[in-house]
Amino acid sequence: MRYHQAIYEVPLLFEGCESSLIDHADDRCADMIPRDLLRTSLELPDLPEREVVKHFVNLSQMNFGVDNGMYPLGSCTMKYNPKICDDLSSMDTVAHMHPLQDVSTMQGALALMAELEEMLCEIGGVDAVTLQPAAGAHGEFTGMQIVKAFHESNGEARKEVVLPDTAHGTNPASAAMVGYDVLDIPSKDGCVDVDALSKTISDDTAAFMLTNPNTLGLFEKDVREIARIVHDAGALLYYDGANLNAIMGKTSPGMMDFDIVHFNLHKTFATPHGGGGPGAGPVGVKRRLDEYLPVPRITKRGDAFDLDYDRPRSIGKVKAFYGNFAVLVRAYAYIKMQGGEGLERVSEQAVLNSNYLKSKLKDLFDMPYGDLRKHEFVLSGKVLKKHGLRTMDFAKRLLDHGFHAPTVYFPLIVDEALMIEPTETETKDTLDAFVESCKQILSEDPEIVRTAPHNTARSRIDEAKAARDLILSWRGHKIKKTHSGDGQRSSRA
Amino acid sequence: MNRPAMEHSKCFTEMMSDLGLASIDELFRDIPKEVRTGGLDLPKGMGELDFSRDLRQLLSANKPATSWLSFLGGGVYFHHIPAAVRSVVSRSEFATSYTPYQSEISQGMLQALFEYQSFMAELTGIDIINSSMYDASTALGEAVLMSHRISGGSRFLASKSISPERLAVARLYAKGAGLEISTVDYDGDSGLVDLNDLDSKMSDDVCGFYYEIPNFFGVLETGWKEIRKTVDDKTLVIGTNPLSLALIKPPGEMGADIVIGDAQTLGVPMNLGGPSIGVFGCRSEHLRKMPGRLIGMTEDSAGRRSFCMTLQTREQHIRRSKATSNICTNEALLAVAVAAHMAILGRAGLRSTAGRNIRNMNNLAEAIDSIEGYTAPLFDAPHFNEFVMQSPVEGNRLNKALMGKRIHGGLAIERWFPELKNCILVATTEMHTSEDHRRLIDALEAIR
Repeated sequence: MRYHQAIYEVPLLFEGCESSLIDHADDRCADMIPRDLLRTSLELPDLPEREVVKHFVNLSQMNFGVDNGMYPLGSCTMKYNPKICDDLSSMDTVAHMHPLQDVSTMQGALALMAELEEMLCEIGGVDAVTLQPAAGAHGEFTGMQIVKAFHESNGEARKEVVLPDTAHGTNPASAAMVGYDVLDIPSKDGCVDVDALSKTISDDTAAFMLTNPNTLGLFEKDVREIARIVHDAGALLYYDGANLNAIMGKTSPGMMDFDIVHFNLHKTFATPHGGGGPGAGPVGVKRRLDEYLPVPRITKRGDAFDLDYDRPRSIGKVKAFYGNFAVLVRAYAYIKMQGGEGLERVSEQAVLNSNYLKSKLKDLFDMPYGDLRKHEFVLSGKVLKKHGLRTMDFAKRLLDHGFHAPTVYFPLIVDEALMIEPTETETKDTLDAFVESCKQILSEDPEIVRTAPHNTARSRIDEAKAARDLILSWRGHKIKKTHSGDGQRSSRA
Repeated sequence: MNRPAMEHSKCFTEMMSDLGLASIDELFRDIPKEVRTGGLDLPKGMGELDFSRDLRQLLSANKPATSWLSFLGGGVYFHHIPAAVRSVVSRSEFATSYTPYQSEISQGMLQALFEYQSFMAELTGIDIINSSMYDASTALGEAVLMSHRISGGSRFLASKSISPERLAVARLYAKGAGLEISTVDYDGDSGLVDLNDLDSKMSDDVCGFYYEIPNFFGVLETGWKEIRKTVDDKTLVIGTNPLSLALIKPPGEMGADIVIGDAQTLGVPMNLGGPSIGVFGCRSEHLRKMPGRLIGMTEDSAGRRSFCMTLQTREQHIRRSKATSNICTNEALLAVAVAAHMAILGRAGLRSTAGRNIRNMNNLAEAIDSIEGYTAPLFDAPHFNEFVMQSPVEGNRLNKALMGKRIHGGLAIERWFPELKNCILVATTEMHTSEDHRRLIDALEAIR
């Protein structure tokens, strides 16, 4: 398909803003506030609603979402998001609930959250779940705090967190935020090198973080052995749930002996990603870690739900209130409508789509490591080098064909990596069209590919200039303009 | 009837045979037997119609602010959101997109986020605003860590008159970095920061100080000049309700190094406390120590104005364990909502909304104060849209009585502030009419 995105030059809302000084004579509340607490200027636009709506609708036409087309962005699970979930999450009984209402007036919300916790326990093979974390990385932060509290309560001050070199970037960053030193271990044949792990794990190891299937889409089949090594050293095993879409109903993190798990509701459970958020990152744990979960916990006495803050060993709070409720409602709706069998079909179709696409693409590129993949696979774009091209060029050219680019240059252990996750919601026709586009691009004039994209709202964007100029707001833009104006005048002089 | 549950695609068999597979199990043969589970013990899936009916029924036990009169605040507020805001963020090109790593195909989201940064920079009077944190509580946690990166030290000071939820979260973030948080008293008459206590707690090992304007009691801090002086060269973090800034002097002009807040008050429903959107900004000299995503203006190869994510070298996907934060997913779509909300209200609309909040607060407090046995506001200081009221009966008892009249009373705050006996935090916004106030007054008179 030849794709054409709208190409507009939409001025900033601030352009054309008038005088910013404030005359407090108009303010009927000015006498209620001391003069030196009142602001003296405010430069904001005053536009008719019609103009504002036009502005944002035109901008939206220069944006590509899952609803526009395939989004094979590895490790991001960009599946189609059922619309009913959005409708239900904006009902009054969701949107206009205040978090500090008396619990007797939020029984419906608490019932929903309690049931969602139970369903996530079943999917994750864990005993208790907190819904509080706001995102996957926030779930990791929560998990690492639980690791720390667990060891402290055992009187141990373990200092290190170990992870494979294929780990998502959030893993080391989350461990570091909780004060841990981070040790990477190299992979062997794309999976955890069990010998290297044994040598690295010590009584200073607090936890080992792993995602399974890993970021290459390979199932870590030695996972039980890994768990044994980690547990024998007294450390905990943490599951990064970013890749859960591959295994629902087939295995579970709990079954693999993980102690702590986070779930990305905006990936596996189909809540839309919103251009970067909001998401939700619930965390599940095995029984022995239950007491460390954040407060409050949802409890039930008779028919009534309550919030329990009296948990002396709890890590405390990772976020105000109870979690991203409107996102939780969407995930709840998705799970209830799929049911157990539907979720298993989701994983089957996701893995089939991934392997089908892989089988069509692996001969066009190079595919290091094993053949059978789960929900995603990683190709190496080094074949492009002989045309003087890089993976990024290929990715940008895919945009012209109406496909979002795969994740590129990750994981770091694959040269010129292209990480592809088609998800279960794409049809065979779409996958075939994607393959066709890949073939076409490989046979095209390399110059067209090198200068791609051509059909998008903008051609190749100068990211280096953005980092050099650092214009991060309208204020910044105005200051820069004034300065460069001065510069021109002085150079003429 | 619409049935969204997943079934194998029409071409399932064709794709399987294309791969030379006879059964689905072959796709999962790499999962060792000992970790296999036999399916999920969850109920059968439901169609859209039946499920919607069930969910509405389940949630009908909730009493939202649209069905009961509510005076709850304490960090989350009931405000009017123009219908056009929902219409803008419902555009599925925005809602179903990922983080805009591929900038050429994501200009819409990138420009909208740049506009959010622009609106918020103007409103807060600070140089740089990132494209969002989860909420104000985690923004405060990140601000504590950033203060440590700027000023060193091992102790962070926070005013006692801030949201207890935010303080709890900040304590956890601080703990990870080996920092301790100590609190600074408030003045019992005015609710303002106790400057003597602040002065006595400042020392070389302090990284910075955090206070809020308006604070948890709704009080607008009049001592901002003295606070800046006392904090000296340490990092000053100011928390704000962005809506109030349509009228109130911005934190950037009060000497803040870092500004945080919750922009839920500008176009985001209460959602039982989440998602909301954390505002995070700083002075430009601290830019490289800042957490979170930033959108910058640049050009494309044809010289056209364009936008992209920038300074990503601070972030986890590049810097890993050395990143300024682990944040990845943020609240981007809500940042678009905030930008749309501010644009639709405009300068005049924002100023008049903030003004109505202040007038409503003063009217309601005055009316309550005239009831025998009640004092409002308890603190002698200017307020924004909430205030502490002292009642003749214990707060939770009062609230139970109000619930009988389908009123969510204020927040009983004695559990966090034992010194504030029988005290309730009451919020009122532009949503309340004078009849709504009358309903509360009548109910309180009956309880007295």
